[in-house]
Amino acid sequence: MSTLDPVTFAILTGRLEQIADEMDATLYRSAFNPIIAEARDACHGLYHATTGATMVQGAKGLPIFVGAMAFAVKAVIDKVGEQRGLEEGDTFIFNDPYAGGTHLNDFRLVRPLMRGGQVFAWLASVGHWLDIGGNVPGGYNPQATESFQEGVLIPPVKLFRKGVLQQDIVDILQANTRLPRSNWGDLNGQLNALDLGERRFQALIDEYGDEVVSAALEAASARAEALMRASIAALPDGTYSFEDYLDNDGIVDERLTIALDLTISGTTMTLDFSRSSPPCKGPVNIARSTAVAACYVALKHVFTAVPANAGCLNPISFDIPATSFLGVTAPRPVAGYTETILRMIGVVFGALAKADPARATAAPFGTINALSIAGHRANGERWVMFSFFGGGLGGNPQSDGLNHANNPISTATIPPAEIMEAFYPVMFTQWALRPDSAGMGTHRGGFGAIYEIEVLSAGGADVSLLGERGRYAPFGVAGGQPGALNAFTWDSDQGPQTAPMASKITGVKLRQGQRLRLETPGGGGWGDPAQRPVEAVARDIRRGFVTGDA
Amino acid sequence: MSKLPRTLVGVDVGGTFTDLAFFNEETGEFRTAKAPSNRGDEAVGFIEGLQRLGPIAGLGAIIHGTTVGTNALLERKGAKIGIITTPGFRDTLEMRRRDRPNTWGLWGDFEPICPRDMRREVPERTLADGTIRTAVDVAAVEAACRALLADGAEALAIIFINAYANPANERAAYEAAKAVWPNAHIAHSAQILPEIREFERTSTTALNAYLQPVVASYLSKLEAGLKTESFPGSFHIVQSNGGVMSTATARKFPVRTALSGPAAGVIAAAAIARVAGFEDVVTADLGGTSFDVSLVAGGEASLSAQTTIDFGMVIRTPMIEITTIGAGGGSIAHVDAGGMLGVGPESAGSRPGPVAYAQGNTRPTLTDANIVLGRINADKPIGGKLARLDVEAARAAILAHIGAPLGLGPEQAAEAIIRIANAKMAGAIRLVSVERGHDPARFTALPFGGGGALHVGALIRDVGLKSALVPRYPGITSALGCIIADIRHDQVMTVNVMLAGLDAAALDQRMVEAGREAHAVVAASGLHVERIDVIYELDMHYQGQTHTVSVPLPVTLRDSGTGISEAIVTAAFEASYARAFSRLLPGIPVRIVNLRTAAMGRRPTFDLKALAPAAGSSIRAAERGHRPVWFDGGWHQAGIWDRLALPVSAVVKGPAILEQPDATTVIDPGLVARVDGFGNLIVERSA
Repeated sequence: MSTLDPVTFAILTGRLEQIADEMDATLYRSAFNPIIAEARDACHGLYHATTGATMVQGAKGLPIFVGAMAFAVKAVIDKVGEQRGLEEGDTFIFNDPYAGGTHLNDFRLVRPLMRGGQVFAWLASVGHWLDIGGNVPGGYNPQATESFQEGVLIPPVKLFRKGVLQQDIVDILQANTRLPRSNWGDLNGQLNALDLGERRFQALIDEYGDEVVSAALEAASARAEALMRASIAALPDGTYSFEDYLDNDGIVDERLTIALDLTISGTTMTLDFSRSSPPCKGPVNIARSTAVAACYVALKHVFTAVPANAGCLNPISFDIPATSFLGVTAPRPVAGYTETILRMIGVVFGALAKADPARATAAPFGTINALSIAGHRANGERWVMFSFFGGGLGGNPQSDGLNHANNPISTATIPPAEIMEAFYPVMFTQWALRPDSAGMGTHRGGFGAIYEIEVLSAGGADVSLLGERGRYAPFGVAGGQPGALNAFTWDSDQGPQTAPMASKITGVKLRQGQRLRLETPGGGGWGDPAQRPVEAVARDIRRGFVTGDA
Repeated sequence: MSKLPRTLVGVDVGGTFTDLAFFNEETGEFRTAKAPSNRGDEAVGFIEGLQRLGPIAGLGAIIHGTTVGTNALLERKGAKIGIITTPGFRDTLEMRRRDRPNTWGLWGDFEPICPRDMRREVPERTLADGTIRTAVDVAAVEAACRALLADGAEALAIIFINAYANPANERAAYEAAKAVWPNAHIAHSAQILPEIREFERTSTTALNAYLQPVVASYLSKLEAGLKTESFPGSFHIVQSNGGVMSTATARKFPVRTALSGPAAGVIAAAAIARVAGFEDVVTADLGGTSFDVSLVAGGEASLSAQTTIDFGMVIRTPMIEITTIGAGGGSIAHVDAGGMLGVGPESAGSRPGPVAYAQGNTRPTLTDANIVLGRINADKPIGGKLARLDVEAARAAILAHIGAPLGLGPEQAAEAIIRIANAKMAGAIRLVSVERGHDPARFTALPFGGGGALHVGALIRDVGLKSALVPRYPGITSALGCIIADIRHDQVMTVNVMLAGLDAAALDQRMVEAGREAHAVVAASGLHVERIDVIYELDMHYQGQTHTVSVPLPVTLRDSGTGISEAIVTAAFEASYARAFSRLLPGIPVRIVNLRTAAMGRRPTFDLKALAPAAGSSIRAAERGHRPVWFDGGWHQAGIWDRLALPVSAVVKGPAILEQPDATTVIDPGLVARVDGFGNLIVERSA
């Protein structure tokens, strides 16, 4: 802090974050694909010159990307190191999930921020592209047993050399997607964001000087580390173990265990996942980078005052062996990574709840419920309705859990029922909160939802779902009870049907007038239900949220 | 109407004071007045303030910017309402768009303004294409009304799925409900917002019902008071979009008053700037708890289509786009566990207020820092409620809470607080200017309210703005806005048609109908207007996108129709899309989603010369000596001036403090202020 007074530090911190926010906003506005424009499946920031560690992050970046970006930048740094080639004006592109985390749809653009011929830091942009080839449109193949069935994998390569676009790379990308126009629009949006970030950061560094900005970045990291250490030190030393399960991987009907031994020792924390299940056949494996990012998301949700930069990870060590399904390498399939990280995040909450019940958060609903309904219109045109659905968050010391929320890894909003009805031949017969779905507690969980959909198209529809929590309910903490299980049923001529793998199924056929029904879990409860105030219990009954029938 | 005197009064009821601006359209006479506000019974201050301007019986029109609706929303003090809706959809209001309050942290829940037991379903269903699949069961509607009334409902909202596409079921339910509902507080969603997206329509309609009894009873009280005073004229309310509406419209659409007061301020600021020769300004209103900025580009205030009042409380009607950050005069400065200095968002507000107010707060605020550094005159507090400010208490609080932890003296610590607050305000201005692609060097800051002018110098420097324009009466800008604002009525309708092969005659018919309706509402307002303009916009997108771009149409309402054609719409869409996103997507079909219609009753131009300093004032008469004021690490002898006594063309070099009853202007070293022909101050860097 020698060259940096506390006021300049506070001002620079705000200015730097604002630039990352502005990069996010630029991409949201200019993206063509609604997963970026509407669901904000993107993230931008500034990363350390030699380690790739996150230094500055936008406030609105998709939480799971915020955790994973450092790995993406490190992958580029390693690539530059191997090939000893980096020049001003270079920009890398890749989607390798084993190096950069998450799944193949997420394209990363990484560009050096140069000062006087040296790398001062890295700028990066990540966004979810709609289609990158593979067996299934949208890249999302619940039956995949190798990543080759999920889409095309691009390792870190130079998209720009000395400021010149390498059209060959674009041609390869465009030849491997069903939606070249959409991807081209998103790529340009990400480049716009990088251009803007580069201009703004350069101007800011010119204004304050390289040394002052470097000092501020170091101070921000040190401050995050100090705040994280203080948060950890407030927890009693010891090892806290917690386990939760995935129903299955969609291929083999066996449960998968995520087991965590969380050790607090002074100001450090160890997250040991080595007792977890081995790699699985279906697409719910994750790479180590994804696993670390998931833990980062969990810790940020618990220690909200700690700033979002890599300094907060310094006091934390990870044990995520490659022999578990949480640290796989190519070509294990990873498209369903969201279900696994949601369960990991819950497991971190569960272990911390044992360390400090007074600040515990019960399990959120914990599944994205990726539902696709598709068919053909009378004119032969194909339609595909694809969406993720909400559920309840966990009870916590401050409040009951939030009803019908998005998942902790995302901030995406759900499209309105009227938009879906206007765009696709379906009708929602229910779009409602799900009574009796919340885990009871002093503060109960939030309620999940019921979505019941009738097919209106004369040709019927094909349905597939990738969900979870069909067999293992969101847990309660500090004496709270679990929420309800995920439930998926549909009409058939033989009566109501359920899926053999609980919440994962493809190839369901519905005729015109038949319905499907998705009932999502509520959150777990916090604290002894007997301690819930009588008025709160009476209110839930009066409002029909608790019926006593369950 | 023509017999009424052409005398207007704008009334802005704030938290502490009611400000009034009087203007005679025939003689050009302009006066102001101020009266204490009486929270909870605003009518008292309202009438008292009017009386200070002379006999109320001699006034032609009163135009009011109100915060009654805003406060009822923020404090959750609206009416008890009932909702009647489509089977399967009673929870729409509570399910929101599946969002959460904070990106990070999963705590906190949401209590909707209408609880689940007050939301009833009745048999009915309309499909997305407007087909009625199930006609509404009117007997069930009547039964639901009776049950809701028995449970204490004071207002009713009827909201059916896809009512934007065909409101027939909603209208039938509305007629049935009207027959049994005992008051006028009843509306259906297609009346309020006939636009696709059920949560936004539900939230807006429910909040409208929530405000109806509150706003209606407030207006009745004011009208009763005016009647007692034999007020002969017309009474109007400023809407959140900066236009004026009749009280009858305000009773029907109280949700349109949500940002009434602040919108009036922006309208006045835009008008003042335009007349003074500044087309591009950022308005900056520093209040007790917040800092509000709004962008005026090319003389026009920016509108946003929707606003979130609080988590899950969405209002979708056009509003002046105002960006608010939690940094006001009452914002509390603090040092966190990691050693970082911050200001706000926690605020001491106006009660207990800053430490120097000696009303019980002991933690230092931004205002305390301004007092300790001599920028605010401790002997002449603004508003005149307190006799004197306690400088020593403020200094001690700053030293204890900020100076000691950071190793700074009281003045250095106070300056640090101001620098952090300036940085936050600068950030808000960058957000609305730089981040929207505007070059700040073209823009002028226009501070209004009591506090903005304390910080203009820093804003010029930090953001790189061209200059600042401090209006002659910063404290009454909103009241002034009331008498300047045009009359306006907005309508929206979802049309959902493809652009290719457009049935232009059908679209023209809808535009003509909407235009005539909106025109009639404005014509019936009773205020003098020079002409009425009808403006059309379409919300359009490429098929597959969910966001739309707004496409202003180059046509208006004529006797023969609007003259709209597919070619005109295509050209307008391509121009708007290219402006927003730079790249067109040829080959992808284009859809028209909504038609937006606005009728604007243009008011006679207000001659701001009415505000100018009187001839014969002299710079010498404005001098008030010197006092030490802290800038950039040390005390400076700053010239003190009576701002209102300065003549036209007077030039004051910084460091200087310009005082007037409703505001203090700080001219930093290196800046210079000049009085323009309207009495505004133009602050720029010294040559």
